[in-house]
Amino acid sequence: MSLELEPAASVAPAPLREIRGPAALGGGFRRFWSLTWMVAITEFRLSYFGSVLGYLWTLMRPLMMFGVYYTVFTQIVPLGKDIPNYPALLLMNIMLYQFFAEATSNAVQSVVVRENMVRKMQFPRMVIPLSVVVTALMNLAVNLVAVFVFVLANGVPIRWTWLLLPVALIPLIVFTTGVAMVVSAAFVRYRDVLPIWGVFTQALFYASPVLYTVENTKEPITSVLQVNPLTGIMEGVRYLVVDARAPGAITSWGGFPQALIPIGIICFVFVFGLWYFNRQAATAAELL
Amino acid sequence: MTESALVVQDLEKTFRIPKQHVHTLKERMLHPLRSTDYREYPVLKGVSFEVQRGEFFGIVGRNGSGKSTLLKCMAGIYRPERGRISVAGRLAPFIELGVGFNPDLTAMDNVVINGVMMGLSPKEARRRFDEVIEFAELEDFLDMKLKNYSSGMQVRLAFSVMVQASADVLLIDEVLAVGDAAFAQKCLDVFYRLRDEGRTIILVTHDMSAVERFCHRAMFLHDGEIELIGDPAAVGRAYLAANFATPEQPEPVGELLPVEVEDEPDVEAEPEVEPPSRTTERVLAELSVEDAAGMPVRSLPSGEPVQVRVELQALQHIEHPVLVVQLRDAEHAVVTGALVLLYEHGPLTPGQRVRANVEWDVVLADGHYDLGVLLTQGTAEADVVIDARNAGELIVHSATRETVGAVTVPTRVAVSNIQTEGVR
Repeated sequence: MSLELEPAASVAPAPLREIRGPAALGGGFRRFWSLTWMVAITEFRLSYFGSVLGYLWTLMRPLMMFGVYYTVFTQIVPLGKDIPNYPALLLMNIMLYQFFAEATSNAVQSVVVRENMVRKMQFPRMVIPLSVVVTALMNLAVNLVAVFVFVLANGVPIRWTWLLLPVALIPLIVFTTGVAMVVSAAFVRYRDVLPIWGVFTQALFYASPVLYTVENTKEPITSVLQVNPLTGIMEGVRYLVVDARAPGAITSWGGFPQALIPIGIICFVFVFGLWYFNRQAATAAELL
Repeated sequence: MTESALVVQDLEKTFRIPKQHVHTLKERMLHPLRSTDYREYPVLKGVSFEVQRGEFFGIVGRNGSGKSTLLKCMAGIYRPERGRISVAGRLAPFIELGVGFNPDLTAMDNVVINGVMMGLSPKEARRRFDEVIEFAELEDFLDMKLKNYSSGMQVRLAFSVMVQASADVLLIDEVLAVGDAAFAQKCLDVFYRLRDEGRTIILVTHDMSAVERFCHRAMFLHDGEIELIGDPAAVGRAYLAANFATPEQPEPVGELLPVEVEDEPDVEAEPEVEPPSRTTERVLAELSVEDAAGMPVRSLPSGEPVQVRVELQALQHIEHPVLVVQLRDAEHAVVTGALVLLYEHGPLTPGQRVRANVEWDVVLADGHYDLGVLLTQGTAEADVVIDARNAGELIVHSATRETVGAVTVPTRVAVSNIQTEGVR
């Protein structure tokens, strides 16, 4: 017999601890985080090393989108003509939106796809949507390398504010995580969340300043954009990385008191997502 | 001194199945106020028990008795409505082998991820990888993706992962029979060793022999309630008895005939004219099975005496009649048969009634047997006059633990002078 077994903690018997059933979190932070990280990095590696061209394909999609939009909005419709560093801005925005869309749409089915694990293993359920977000974040990090190459090639001057990019991404990550929690939990119960979310991400793409900038829009479109959490996030990144003369996050959200609305939406979605996912986690195994 | 490893107090779990399913957001939006009516299925109705540290505890029950639900509650996968479950130390559930394995990953990745799932740190999981692979005998296939493994290899890997998790309390759901014979033996060894090491193991199974072989104590769950808890042998008997007993009065086995009888089946018939010798006749007969107390039974414990009564009426002259009362096993092999030499009482005449009694001590292995009656006038197959091989059935349960095989011959076992090598 080759396998050496630990003597089952026979030295000090552990105290009795109550089992409270499945939960979104729990099991200790370390375990939660290592599990999330392992699942995320596994998915990431699978998508990249699954085929030789894995990375190229992942990069290809946003790049092709970029190519199409760039051609349309500089050659056919002169939308980007007055926007400084439009190609760099467009690529950056596409990558940011790609992160949001990829994370949330992969999250929709994530719990149901791992149905077998949910029904047969005990682990903090929040690992599932969170690992999807982390995987998307890894993809974003890789894509941002390509963006910065492009930014430099576009002649954008290097500034120290580039270092603040990770900070500017925090609201995006919080918002995305919140949405991921809501849609993944909702899909367990309502199966039409998938097509609804597909349409929604399409609509949101055009309702966010990806292809255009807020200051070039007219009322009432501007007011609508000012409520969108993604508006300030994208404008903030634009200000920090692409264009120092851009209005920045708060201004494009409509100034100080009004900016509290999209900020409030981000916070609310995250808190609601936590609450809703936690509530659904208890019974997800039974519904699947 | 005993300490509790797992305490379950007054556990209740009810599944609420809505009468009208709302599967889409659209339906929810269209009928936001529609009251959802639930049909309630109480699965666990107040289950309380305690498992001591180091105990090998078996849980048996029929399908739908709630044992899987109980297991999932203990595993923390279902949330019970009422009651408490407390566990000492780390608990690892094994509801199915290989859950969470990703076919696109190598053994290494899968082992580490699974280890982390079970509560090991990534470092710890990596440290144990070699041991896992060695135990699973998969050293030569390290870099292969799991999808290229044979199913046997996957099962071996999964079992090894389970063993290496070294939780304080293991919850195992019928995963005993895995792999080929050699590996199965290895698994059995591990189970024995885990037990001897004082690991607490809770085994949920249908397999009574496993319960009787491994468990210190067992629990019989029936309809969401504990029917019996205690000695595995007693629980095994209760379980098998409940399994085979019909809830009502056991229906009589006999009354099976009329039987189609063919007279002189060898005669070549003219196509147009049905020869009179081939007309089928009906033979009325009765068959009853009774236990020692004279009560009709269908199932009984191994080793108990059983009385089979056969009554039949001959419709033709049979010069050399022999009555065979036999038991066939699931493979249709005759396990035993009593030859009643009717010819010793002279030939049978048409209309004559015969009654025969056969008494057996059913020293057979657990199982389902066909009780058959044949009336023959010779030794060849063609000599059979009445053929009722599936006339009745007999279910044998609770064979002793000391023997294996088809027949439980009275057995006495003695052990002396066991020497132990230096293993702890």
